[in-house]
Amino acid sequence: MSEQNTDQGKRQFLVAATSVAGGVAAGAAAVPFVASMLPSERAKAAGAPVEVDLSTLAPGERVTVEWQGKPVWIVRRTKEMLDTIRSNDGQVADPKSQKKMQPAYATNEMRAIKDEYLVVVGICTHLGCSPVGKFAKQAESFDPNWQGGFYCPCHGSLFDLAGRVYKNKPAPDNLVVPPHKYLSDTRIVIGEDTKGA
Amino acid sequence: MGKNMNKLKHLIAVLLLAPALALAAGTGVKLDHAPIDENDQASQQRGARHFVNYCLNCHSASYMRFNRLRDIGLTDQQILDNLVFTGVKVGDLMKVAMDPKDAKNWFGVTPPELSLIARSRASEAGSGADWLYTYLRSFYRDAERPTGWNNTVFPNVGMPHVMWELQGEQVMAERKVQGPGFEKTEHVLKLDKPGKLSPVEYDQMVADLVNYLVFMAEPARSSRTTIGMFVLLALGLLFILAYALKKEYWKDVH
Amino acid sequence: MASAPKEPVQFSGAGPLNAPISGVLTWVDQRFPLMSLWRDHLSQYYAPKNFNFWYFFGGLAMLVLVIQIATGIFLVMHYKPSAAEAFASVEYIMRDVPAGWFIRYMHSTGASAFFVVVYLHMFRGLMYGSYRQPRELIWIFGMMIYLCLMAEAFFGYLLPWGQMSFWGAQVIINLFDALPIIGPDLSTWIRGDFVISDATLNRFFAFHVIAIPLVLLGLVAAHIMALHEVGSNNPDGVEIKQHKDAKGIPLDGIPFHPYYTVKDLLGVVVFLFLFFMVVFFMPEMGGYFLEFNNFIPADSLKTPPHIAPVWYFTPYYSILRAITEDFMLILAIGVAAYSILIWLTARNQLVKLAAPAIGLVVIVLMKGGPLALEAKVWGVAMMGASTLIFFLLPWLDQSPVKSIRYKGPLFRTALSIFVIVFLVLGYYGTQTVTPAGTLISQIGTLIYFSFFLLMPWYSAMDKTKPVPDRVTM
Repeated sequence: MSEQNTDQGKRQFLVAATSVAGGVAAGAAAVPFVASMLPSERAKAAGAPVEVDLSTLAPGERVTVEWQGKPVWIVRRTKEMLDTIRSNDGQVADPKSQKKMQPAYATNEMRAIKDEYLVVVGICTHLGCSPVGKFAKQAESFDPNWQGGFYCPCHGSLFDLAGRVYKNKPAPDNLVVPPHKYLSDTRIVIGEDTKGA
Repeated sequence: MGKNMNKLKHLIAVLLLAPALALAAGTGVKLDHAPIDENDQASQQRGARHFVNYCLNCHSASYMRFNRLRDIGLTDQQILDNLVFTGVKVGDLMKVAMDPKDAKNWFGVTPPELSLIARSRASEAGSGADWLYTYLRSFYRDAERPTGWNNTVFPNVGMPHVMWELQGEQVMAERKVQGPGFEKTEHVLKLDKPGKLSPVEYDQMVADLVNYLVFMAEPARSSRTTIGMFVLLALGLLFILAYALKKEYWKDVH
Repeated sequence: MASAPKEPVQFSGAGPLNAPISGVLTWVDQRFPLMSLWRDHLSQYYAPKNFNFWYFFGGLAMLVLVIQIATGIFLVMHYKPSAAEAFASVEYIMRDVPAGWFIRYMHSTGASAFFVVVYLHMFRGLMYGSYRQPRELIWIFGMMIYLCLMAEAFFGYLLPWGQMSFWGAQVIINLFDALPIIGPDLSTWIRGDFVISDATLNRFFAFHVIAIPLVLLGLVAAHIMALHEVGSNNPDGVEIKQHKDAKGIPLDGIPFHPYYTVKDLLGVVVFLFLFFMVVFFMPEMGGYFLEFNNFIPADSLKTPPHIAPVWYFTPYYSILRAITEDFMLILAIGVAAYSILIWLTARNQLVKLAAPAIGLVVIVLMKGGPLALEAKVWGVAMMGASTLIFFLLPWLDQSPVKSIRYKGPLFRTALSIFVIVFLVLGYYGTQTVTPAGTLISQIGTLIYFSFFLLMPWYSAMDKTKPVPDRVTM
């Protein structure tokens, strides 16, 4: 091996240039592999928006549909239910829904587009159990002055009939309102809204 | 290494080419070349319509999603309006309405799944597209078959000639060919009763349908070739750098 | 092991980061043989300076192994190893998984690329005598890798559950039926069922994804360790360790790093260019890499008209099919002639007596009436023998020189003919059975085995050229 003057500068440049180019190539090569772990077309199709027909839903009743693998409740609220929501403001942690658990069009007292229908994802914001519907205004073991809403059996979180979480409960947030829009007075689609969110 | 090594190298090269020559000679039915342009989205869109109208009643394409048709230039709304008849969603798979058991009863065999037909029908005789293009134009009347139809490319096929009203009715005719010292009888297809489309129009329709089937067999094809060009270009660049690097270091070695 | 404390690691080339990097490396080196591994296997592993084109393929084989494992891992995230779902899951990967088609094509192209690279790597060994003493163990590990690779490819090919997958596996597993006494039970045990079924698919999945890859990684490590223990051969077959300088460095050696890391990088770029040309522009390769019939889901009731194994198995498939009842007589005569040859020329008394005895037993098993095994059994045996015979090369080659550059005309002719015959057998393995094809395959089989079995004689009596003392560039 010759000991002639090796151009160290040129070597360093070529090593650096090749390393950079190689690094870019390796990064580009990683992209398809990482992308392959994103939701596939099948997963996206399964998570597609769901249309619900509300014409058979009686006042005071709830229907459950599945969207993106999660339960979505639609409750047809009576006038009395709406009144109790107004009187609950002092008992719930975030009465004005200031935390972004719902789209802009549901950031109001009733947390809905139409007051009559509550649309929420039926998953407790604590650790993910599905709360039980307790709509009747009667004394309960967890609250002698129960006004109606939802009770999570796992750790005792409580939500009112607008899905707002009660104060001092394990769950930190109001129930999520999913993107949705009305196709007519009695048809609603979950998972799609006018802004295409 | 000497002349002998060179001679043997040439011999190896010739023998490597020999199989290619043998493969070039096709076996069985001669197939027409399918006149399709895989970049012609308008043709593929027409083909998609033909497919949904004529094929999807009996065959399924159960690996293909309706919304993949975005790749041939259609919007979800266009797909829903023109191509989805059964109330399924645009992200759903192209499944057939017919119960496979019924199909087997009626046709003797379950109509095959068509998602990959343009790939599986390739052979030494031609590409899958060539096979399909020839097949769909080679039905002829045959009273001895339960469907009343036979096909020169797929003898005794269970499929009836679904598009007979458009092509018209072909029959198998005999043609005597004479030459110096021999006489041969050839079988050729002849259009006995014309259909709603002229032969040229029917051929175009089949070409569109086959173009769509080729797309459906591998929807990623156009991305594949496009990305491929960039990858090879990038590797070309890397080659220049790696070569310079190698040459520089190997100056040391004598 | 008490020894002098290690020197701190000096890292340079990263400017202000030199000190912290040196610190971390020193910390690791005190607890792990980092620097000694680096020196022994890279910066102070001295390889001959005259490596040529044929020396790229070992490193490329490692690259393809990495590609197959990486793409394999991502495929297994989506593939479903059940008879009901396998075919659909592959189409799911091709259509619904983002970039799934790319990962699939890399894996299918990689499988064929692996065999191209490995065959060229083995051919280098044949040309330059890389299997010769003291490198016999490297060759043995390499042959074990080759067998594992064939098994890996065979098990992997069932997984797409296409027509070719199913029927190819059916035919090959049925071969085990031919083995006397244990055959049918063995086949059933391998399959886990009476025909290729869901049970078979699941276990082939386990072999392909976990069992054989682990064995392969171990064997590759052993292969490289054995190589580094002895040092690399080179195109001249000259042992570079025979001439060292004052510091003990071979005069004709250069450190693997940076010279061969830089050269192999170039080889990798060229390989990847060709590899991606196939992946992006011709992944089916005319039906040789992705067979047309495999785009049809497996149907146990409908055999395709033409079943052929994948191209890299076809030479051995030819040999299997060549062994017909008629051919048994020729083989028996061949065995007789070979036994007589050994008896006449062997110097070892034991070998001199054992050869005719063994030959007689074999002839009886070939043509001995009621004691004879069927041609079908001999077909399987010959096919097995044709792969296993490579193991014997270090002992069959009795030439005084290692490299073909200095071997005489007999060996050169023999090797050239062997290559031609291998390719011709490969071609006929892709074709349907014809009388002409069978005859050519039979002649090919005889030449194939003669290359190995007659080597002790023709390599010894060959007129070799004088081997230089130092390598030639």
